[in-house]
Amino acid sequence: MKHFRIPVLAIAAFISLTSCNNDDEATFINEEEVITTVTATFTPTAGGNAIVLTSRDLDGDGPEAPVVTVSGDFSAGAAYTGSLTFLNETESPAESINAEIINEGDEHQIFFQQSGLGTFTYTDEDENGNPIGLAFTYQAAAAPTTGTLTITLRHEPNKNAQGVANGDITNAGGSTDASVSFTVNVTE
Amino acid sequence: MKFFRFLLLLLLAGSWCANAQYTLGGSVRTPQNIALDGAHIHIGALHSISAPDGSYEVRNIPGGEQRVVISYIGYKTLDTIIFFHNDVRLNAILKPESLKLEEVVVSERQKAAQSSIQQQRLTTETIEQYSSATLGDALQRLPGVYALRTGTSIVKPVINGLHSSRVPIISNNVRLEDQQWGVEHAPNLDINAAGRISVIKGANALQYGGDAVGGLVVAEPIKVLKDTLFGKSILTFNSNGRGSSLATSLHKGNETGWAYNVGGSLKYMGDREAPDYVISNTGNREANFAGDVRYSAEKYSLTGYYSFYNAAIGIAKASHTGSSADMARAINSGIPGVIEPFTYNIGNPRQEIQHHLAKLEYDRKLDDATLNVQYAFQFNRRKEFDLRRGNFRDVPALDLTLITHSAQINWVKYLGASVIKAGGSASLQDNTASPDTGIQPLIPNYNKTEAGAYTIFSHSFTDSFSAEAGLRYDFAQITASKYYQITRWQNLGYDGEFDNFIRGQQGTQYLTAPEFTYNNISAGIGARQLLGSNYELVANAGLAMRNPNPSELFSDGLHHSNGTIELGDLGLEREKALKLSAGIIKNGEAFAFEATPFVNIINNFIYLQPTGAETTIRGAFPVYNYRQTNAVLTGIDISSTWKPVQNLQYDFAFAWVNGNNTSDDLPLVDMPPVNFSNNIRYNWQWHNLFTELRSEAVLRQERFPNYNFFTDIPQNGELTPVLVDVSTPPAGYHLLHFQSGAQFAVGRSSMAVNLSVYNIFNTSYRDYLNRQRLYTDEPGRNIQLQIKFNY
Repeated sequence: MKHFRIPVLAIAAFISLTSCNNDDEATFINEEEVITTVTATFTPTAGGNAIVLTSRDLDGDGPEAPVVTVSGDFSAGAAYTGSLTFLNETESPAESINAEIINEGDEHQIFFQQSGLGTFTYTDEDENGNPIGLAFTYQAAAAPTTGTLTITLRHEPNKNAQGVANGDITNAGGSTDASVSFTVNVTE
Repeated sequence: MKFFRFLLLLLLAGSWCANAQYTLGGSVRTPQNIALDGAHIHIGALHSISAPDGSYEVRNIPGGEQRVVISYIGYKTLDTIIFFHNDVRLNAILKPESLKLEEVVVSERQKAAQSSIQQQRLTTETIEQYSSATLGDALQRLPGVYALRTGTSIVKPVINGLHSSRVPIISNNVRLEDQQWGVEHAPNLDINAAGRISVIKGANALQYGGDAVGGLVVAEPIKVLKDTLFGKSILTFNSNGRGSSLATSLHKGNETGWAYNVGGSLKYMGDREAPDYVISNTGNREANFAGDVRYSAEKYSLTGYYSFYNAAIGIAKASHTGSSADMARAINSGIPGVIEPFTYNIGNPRQEIQHHLAKLEYDRKLDDATLNVQYAFQFNRRKEFDLRRGNFRDVPALDLTLITHSAQINWVKYLGASVIKAGGSASLQDNTASPDTGIQPLIPNYNKTEAGAYTIFSHSFTDSFSAEAGLRYDFAQITASKYYQITRWQNLGYDGEFDNFIRGQQGTQYLTAPEFTYNNISAGIGARQLLGSNYELVANAGLAMRNPNPSELFSDGLHHSNGTIELGDLGLEREKALKLSAGIIKNGEAFAFEATPFVNIINNFIYLQPTGAETTIRGAFPVYNYRQTNAVLTGIDISSTWKPVQNLQYDFAFAWVNGNNTSDDLPLVDMPPVNFSNNIRYNWQWHNLFTELRSEAVLRQERFPNYNFFTDIPQNGELTPVLVDVSTPPAGYHLLHFQSGAQFAVGRSSMAVNLSVYNIFNTSYRDYLNRQRLYTDEPGRNIQLQIKFNY
């Protein structure tokens, strides 16, 4: 009889464990790290309406593609003061990622890739004196043209690699947190 | 003067004779003449362990009557009295145990003549050699077993082309439940805790389950029956990774009464180095423990077992990509994007894993039968850290807790020439994905209930012919709870089809409760025919059914470590596989040979297929959907051992597998390339010294599906499509390894020193089945020094 106690105990323990059904409902998660919206605002230094470039992807990594809007054309030869905002609009109110980028400025950099659209110059810097790119100036091309502007936010780039501090992404490395492309026109 | 010298010599010789000490030598073999390595030979306080060729030697034996005990797990112990008046040779033949309690677990492989299941076993020497590495590394030494890697320290066994959920791992008769569906989830098992590791290719071992579409890995701890106490410590130093490991264990055996085993291991490794650069963030740590206490009486025994696996593993930083554009950049540059100076630090990405396994086992000896009842509890915690921003920097991106209770009962009855096995199992599993990660979990919360029953009948028709047949039934039910983005739910075509799973809506997400029930039948038949005394023919047919795993059903979103969007499918059916294999085996001391051709026909084979691309704010990502197809895998495993002269041994192993997606007439992805190895070993009498040269050749995989895609990357300001070549296999490679070692007596103990050089020529190479092959080379030369104490 004694020898049967153990298996009986084991089976009893097993059954009692099976009967306690805990509540396993999934928890709703609002992904706070997601960047849904990239907005680039270009204010003409000579005054006038700002030109706003927006890429918005409200389902994050979901199947829907981002919606890209460009509010107007740039004027040839004009100078603009630029600023970028990165938002998570799945939260209410929308959460700005900018503060995080500034806090970890040495680990983030924004790159502007284009050809013939003009010149981008960084006007902000991190604790090491390297650019971040949330603030910049843009000098539009002297003659009318059309092209693609790609704005990329890199996490952990090598800011000391050749050309990176001057805005050349080639040797930057790191991983991409956001990369959006806009078709822009520079007109008379 | 000369005379005095002679006298002195004579005196010395006299004193030598008075304190005469003798040597016992010989070999330990099975009745089939297969060498048993790692057998324990005890003479009083002296003891020795047999070498891989079965040979052993015990020195310094005092003259007179001595009790000699030779034991090996699963074999009847030889216990005899020898009168020593000169050196003695004893070639021991150990017979498999047939009616012992322990036999419940290990019976089929020893009763070669009665079971048709073919299995390959790792030698104790190989297990010890890989003490500082992983189970997967060691298993790769078996023909037909390849390694699926993520970097250096995450290694999964691939059996005849299949892995992960298709290759269950049985640790101490408990099926490991450690999120084994993931390719980058290595078995949570310390190789040092296993006394014996074997591989069964195919699904015929029905007592372990009915879903082993690929095969099984069976790891068992050391079990000591005789009244002995011995221990072992292995200290390993590695030049590559600049780290070391220590594994130590103590074993107390007893025929009746109390017995115990305790063991632990520590591993500490830094960044691995490829010939041309440091592979940054590839260090790893492990701290493991395993132990058991057993009480045996004449008719029963009771065992409590506990093991703990605790690992932190760095993932090469260069393999982290944020988008397909990053991936294209990383692949096309040919060298890792991140190369930093060597460090022992492990940053992100990394994995932190803990696995607890506790087990209570009761074995009872009945009339011509044995009964085994066991309950096991497993607690698995897996945290995966990624490169994250802000407050999430130190928060894991994936945090899963998997709890499994399992119970089983096994009964074996011996009826003359027949053996009947029957048993049942039941398990309960609870997976919890922590919401604190702030990321939708790849694997949702779920509960799983399983129950199964099997019976296996084997019969020896004649001394040379035996056959076996088995049948198993399994029930499984899985209930999950998961949020789906409504856009994703619609995009996957679930609208209308799985409306009954929807429980509510919050924001832009559905709360769902998918539930699935499965009833599966698996079966196996096999036969074994002896031809003469040395040849055997073995044939097996096995039917296996495997349910889709949680990853295949529920994956939904970006897989950061791959830079791909992976989408599961709630509509997946179970996989059905029929594996046929035939083996011809030649046993013998001078020449042994084994060739096993096989064909595995799989219905509803589940695999990841690229189906397009999706754009997010981070850029474009390729989308992979879990799909089902019909697949056929054919192949052959060959191994041979030849001893042209005493002391010289030549081993050859070859494996080939051809995997086809027959529905689409395409090769299957990630099939191991043709590989073969040649091994030459010479043994000297002096301190069992051996030297070994091993050549390992892996050909290029020429058969692969083209899953390449294009992604837009700004070049000179304009978005230009760039090829992302994720499909083309790397070139073949050839490596040479050297190993040498010797044994020394230290007092009553013995010590062994082994020196190995892996990848002697520091060859740069990449392996098709390493998931990091797109980003970095494999590690280069490694010089390993190993010191082993047996006491």
